[in-house]
Amino acid sequence: MSVNGSQRVDLEVVANLIPPQSRVLDVGSGDGSLLELLQDTKQVDGRGLELSQRGVNECVARGLSVIQGDADKDLEFYPDKGFDFVVLSQTLQATRNPKLVLDELLRIGNRAIVSFPNFGHWRVRLSLFVKGRMPVTQDLPYSWYDTPNIHFCTIRDFVNLCEELGATVEKATALDAAGQKIGLSMPWWFWNFFGQQAVFLLKR
Amino acid sequence: MAALRARKTNNEADQPSSPVLRFGPDQPLKLDAGTLLSPFQIAYQTYGTLNDARSNAILVCHALTGDQHIANTNPVTGKPGWWEVLIGPGRIIDTNRFFVICSNVIGGCLGSTGPASTNPATGKPYGLDLPVITIRDMVRAQQMLIDHFGIEKLFCVLGGSMGGMQVLEWASSYPERVFSALPIATGARHSSQNIAFHEVGRQAVMADPDWHGGKYFEHGKRPEKGLAVARMAAHITYLSEAALHRKFGRNLQDRDHLTFGFDADFQIESYLRHQGMTFVDRFDANSYLYMTRSMDYFDIAADHGGRLADAFAGTKTRFCLVSFTSDWLFPTEESRSIVHALNAAGASVSFVEIETDRGHDAFLLDEPELFAAINGFIGSAARARGLAS
Repeated sequence: MSVNGSQRVDLEVVANLIPPQSRVLDVGSGDGSLLELLQDTKQVDGRGLELSQRGVNECVARGLSVIQGDADKDLEFYPDKGFDFVVLSQTLQATRNPKLVLDELLRIGNRAIVSFPNFGHWRVRLSLFVKGRMPVTQDLPYSWYDTPNIHFCTIRDFVNLCEELGATVEKATALDAAGQKIGLSMPWWFWNFFGQQAVFLLKR
Repeated sequence: MAALRARKTNNEADQPSSPVLRFGPDQPLKLDAGTLLSPFQIAYQTYGTLNDARSNAILVCHALTGDQHIANTNPVTGKPGWWEVLIGPGRIIDTNRFFVICSNVIGGCLGSTGPASTNPATGKPYGLDLPVITIRDMVRAQQMLIDHFGIEKLFCVLGGSMGGMQVLEWASSYPERVFSALPIATGARHSSQNIAFHEVGRQAVMADPDWHGGKYFEHGKRPEKGLAVARMAAHITYLSEAALHRKFGRNLQDRDHLTFGFDADFQIESYLRHQGMTFVDRFDANSYLYMTRSMDYFDIAADHGGRLADAFAGTKTRFCLVSFTSDWLFPTEESRSIVHALNAAGASVSFVEIETDRGHDAFLLDEPELFAAINGFIGSAARARGLAS
């Protein structure tokens, strides 16, 4: 499901977290860009779960191993620790029950990689603060009434959820509006303010 | 003409126009019914060339009333092979590249041992003396055919409907011999509704006085009316309401007004009658009973303690499932439950649902999205198998 209007700058970051020949499940695999990237550069054993039938059919026609399914409903059918990595990129905010989905990711994968748009970004805050309107940015182009993004969170919110689920953050990266990594030494509040997107590597 | 073709069908049962492999008393076929079938024979067709590594073989499993003639002129009907849109030189399944095998199933009527075949013990057609055949029996026989070719592992097994059931059975019973599996428009079990439709068909055949308790050949008859009705009823289930309406609506057949009688006033009636009549020319009525029964008995989860995932535990086979939105015989949910089981088994699986109003029969038609999915799946499997393109 493509729920993000911008280029998927997070894909490279996600790909760099995955060692070659890993078993990977990409939840919300969209048009298969990440799976294809991983297959071509890391020779992974990759699978995808995608909500839109069009996306699935395109992926399968490209030789990718993808099924149609819903992250909210269909993760329960996967066995415990069946994958080295389960990736949820730019999809968490569009799920009905993000907590349950994240819990499932941590069950199915030895590690989970989650990327999401940061609702704590200064542009979002500014839009609310100055205009008093729900933010519509280049990165989040939908109006409040037609957005598939029903569960936005900030980086700090996400860190709290990880703690609640007993997940350890092994690595975290925030990307600024230009898709550049924000310095590692910066404190959470800085990331939460200037990070447009975040990528987390989690383990439980 | 019809009688001539009927005789031809009967001849095809013992002396098929395609190659045939005969198994003597030393190689009986073990049947789920608890008996041995011996001697027996398998009629088959092949296309393309088996490579030196014997790694490019594709087995096609045919559906209920299909046969081994997938990509050549059918010897009974004179029509093109039933899957020529998909399989042949330069096609999606390219016979310049792959060695494609298709055999008539056991219980069929085009050359593999079935109820129309001569029972060596009596010199007469088996009729109902043939034990009930299951999908697993069919696959067991196909496995003996594959052994004959010296093929250890099939590159792909594919088929739709009853053919898809065979694909699932292959993947479950002989996982080490199936590199990739492509079950289309099928289910892991036959639903109550599907059994019900089959029962209607069987009752129509058996209610025909010409059926003679299955011994019609001995009476020089064939239960053509009953079999035609069975086919008419079944044919409706292969289409969809939308497609029927699009094609026929309430259009009248060669007339401007209703006749206030029971002629085929409507085009759909005429169409179904035609379907029924042409079917009896090419198919044996008893074989129809056996084929429908084999599907009714199919329940792969029941063979594995009720848990479908256990049927595929530890499988290394690459799967791709395909369903069609308007198929109400094997709705998408049937495929989805197989996908869930395969996920639970940790299998590599793709699943495509194709939007079409052409119903169950869509798998036999020129469906670009179906072909794109098959092409993508076969292509990536071939790369994984080390088969050069």
